[in-house]
Order: sequence, then C-alpha cells, then structure tokens
Amino acid sequence: MIVTGFARDQWYVAAYGHEVGRRQLGRTILGEPILLYRTEDGRAVAMADRCVHRRFPLSEAPSHLVGDQVVCGYHGFTYGPDGVCVAVPAQRRVPRTARLRSYPVVEQDSFVWVWIGDRDPGDTTPPRAPWLAAPGYTTVCGMEPLNARYGLLVDNLLDLSHETYLHGGYIGTPEVAETPITTEVHEEAGVVYVSRHMDDAACPPFYAESTGIRGRITRWQDIEYHPPCLYLLHSRVAPVGSPPPAADGADRHAFHVEVVYAITPSTEGSTYDFWAVARDFALDDERVSDFLRESNRAVVLQDVAALNTLEKVLAGEGEHYQELSVNIDTGGLAARRILARMAGESAARPRSAAP
Amino acid sequence: MTTGDPGTAGGRAVYRIHWAPGTDNLRAVCFCGAEEEFEDPVALWDWLLGHPEGHNPRPAPESGAPVPAAALV
Repeated sequence: MIVTGFARDQWYVAAYGHEVGRRQLGRTILGEPILLYRTEDGRAVAMADRCVHRRFPLSEAPSHLVGDQVVCGYHGFTYGPDGVCVAVPAQRRVPRTARLRSYPVVEQDSFVWVWIGDRDPGDTTPPRAPWLAAPGYTTVCGMEPLNARYGLLVDNLLDLSHETYLHGGYIGTPEVAETPITTEVHEEAGVVYVSRHMDDAACPPFYAESTGIRGRITRWQDIEYHPPCLYLLHSRVAPVGSPPPAADGADRHAFHVEVVYAITPSTEGSTYDFWAVARDFALDDERVSDFLRESNRAVVLQDVAALNTLEKVLAGEGEHYQELSVNIDTGGLAARRILARMAGESAARPRSAAP
Repeated sequence: MTTGDPGTAGGRAVYRIHWAPGTDNLRAVCFCGAEEEFEDPVALWDWLLGHPEGHNPRPAPESGAPVPAAALV
C-alpha cells in the first residue's frame, strides 16, 4: 500500500532560498502552517503561521514585517524571529504563553530545510544535493503543487519506466521501459538505489536538444532516494562508443545531468513537488537553460496531472483497493517499507504539546 | 561526477536485487550472503526482510565482522 502517514522528526524542504526574503512566505508542511522570512542580516527563519491570539495567518496581508519582527495584520500582535511575542495591543503585559512554535532551519544547496518534529534535530543534518549550488554546474528549478498524497510521487520517481509512456517526446524512449533495473537498499543509511544502464538507446529530445547529440546514446539513470524528502537522479548521457568513466571518476566524454526532487508532504492529499535540473555542460547558454526549464516543467506537469487523477481514484476507493507490483516496482516497494517504518516510528513517539 | 552505481557499493546491511538478464526473475542477495530468485517483488522483500529465516548463506560474508541482527522492517 502507498504510505500515507507522515514521517516526523525529519528535515523537509520548505522553499528555495530565493523564495524566502523580506516578504512573508506561508507553506503548510506535514499539516503544519509555517511562516518563512529572512531577517535583515539575511538569516532564514521559520515559525508557526498562526497568530496565537485569533489564529490569523502571519504570512497574509495585512500582516507585515517591521525590521526582524512580524506584525499580525488583524490586531497587531508582534513577534520576534524566534517566535516570541514582544508586543500586544493596548496593554504592556505580554502573556508568557504568547509565543509561536519556531522551527530549526538549515539553508543548504539552494534549499531552505525545516525540521518537522518534536525532538531536537541534534546532529542530524539534511541530505545533500551539492550540484544545485556548486561551481561547474548550471541549474534550472521550480516547484509545482501536487493535489495528491506524497507516496504517489515517491512511487512515480522510483520507477522511471513510466517515462516511456507518460513522457514520450520529452525524456521517454522505448529503451527505458525495456531495460532491467538493479535495486539496492542500504539499511543503516536508509537509502534506496535504483540503477538502469542503457547501452544503446534513442536520444530523447530533452537530451538531444540540450547536448547536441544526434545519434544513439549510452544512457545511465542512477537513482538515490534519501527518504523521506530528497530524491537524486544521476543521469549520464554519451554517444554510443564513448569511453566509460575513468577509474578516478573523470568522465569528459559524457554529459551529466543531476535531477533533484524534494518531496515535501503538505497535507494528507497534497504535496510540494520541488524539482531542479543541474547540468555540467553549456553552462552559460541561456537557450539551453530555457529549454531544460520548459521541458522539465512540462514533464513535471505531466506527472502532476497523472498523480492528481490517481489521487482522486484512490481517495474514492478507500483503503481496500487492490494493486499489483511487478519487477519495475522493486525500488518503489523498498521506499514504501522505509517510509512506513519512519511514519510508524514517529507515530509511536508521543507528541509534545506545541506552545 | 557521482554515478551512485549500486554495484560498486559495499558495506554491511545492504540488500541487492538483480534482474536476471534475459529472464523475468529477480535475484535477491541478502547482506548475510543468502541468495534466492523470485518472480514477485513483494515475495522477494518478504524473504529479504525476514532475515535470518530461510536464509542459507552461500558465500561466506565478505568480512569477518558480525552482521547486524536487525533487518529492515
């Protein structure tokens, strides 16, 4: 069954760094409304997006920032970047319990990560996607809201054979669905790997237009899923007959595209689908950037349309629907089991009362 | 570049599943060294995660270090 429970005590991508600035941004993550903004010194902060007084959203006008503080647009309750209320209208005493829940934040690899849970993250840090902000790569990115449970997106991304059918004309060719996969689960690290190496495949428009390759290609798809939130697809494309990577990792005959997804559950039936495409070629070519941005967004929107439909179907069938898994689902099944374990562990841990 | 090629990854508590070339079968390899072939990925995961039940390691573990008692559930 597709996992529907949330894995708490985990890092989730709340936004791209460029989305968080001197205007409030509201996001709902694991059902929790969260306010994000940047202090005057550039630090991203996250706190509950509901005024303690009458629950007005602090991300919505006429709520506004004054310096590092956010002022509720309904009655003027004012909060510092740590969520502590510093001013209440018409009285000098600020009630001791007047504070917003604040969330640990890490800004890394162009993402703003927030820790959703009850315990402190301690030494736990978000997984990395270094290409998105590394020299030697150019990145295009976006985010599409998905009206479907997050497990459907996990299923979708762990089985790329759907590219052949859903994404023909962009990234799908017959060889993707025809080529067997290798799956691996590192239990201690909690990482799922799915690998598909095509020795002689048609070059889909996504790669033909961006790389200039006109003939057939060697195409590698190496997935690395770090549940619950981060999905990496290491894509290697080279003309058939090109040498393989050298022992030291050098691979100058191939084109590399790092496709990154952050799968952030919003509510039980909606998900933030963050996507990014980083490439190590044509770094300064704006036409390639525009093409990859438009193409990948089109692909993501094809997934969104399919998964929105699927969500309606599953929601209508309740918990007793039947499904059938085959070989291509091996990685997705592993991901489901890890997510179920994470969600189960979280559910078993008593939740503390939020202030 | 990072390929993330699982075939080169080592270490303990790693489950590997290979799609047997030219067949519809999946070969499951447990971290204990036990191997089994399946036609159904659900049955395959039940067997892998059921370690050590029904696991008869064929090759000895690569290192002399003890394998973890716990399995992914």
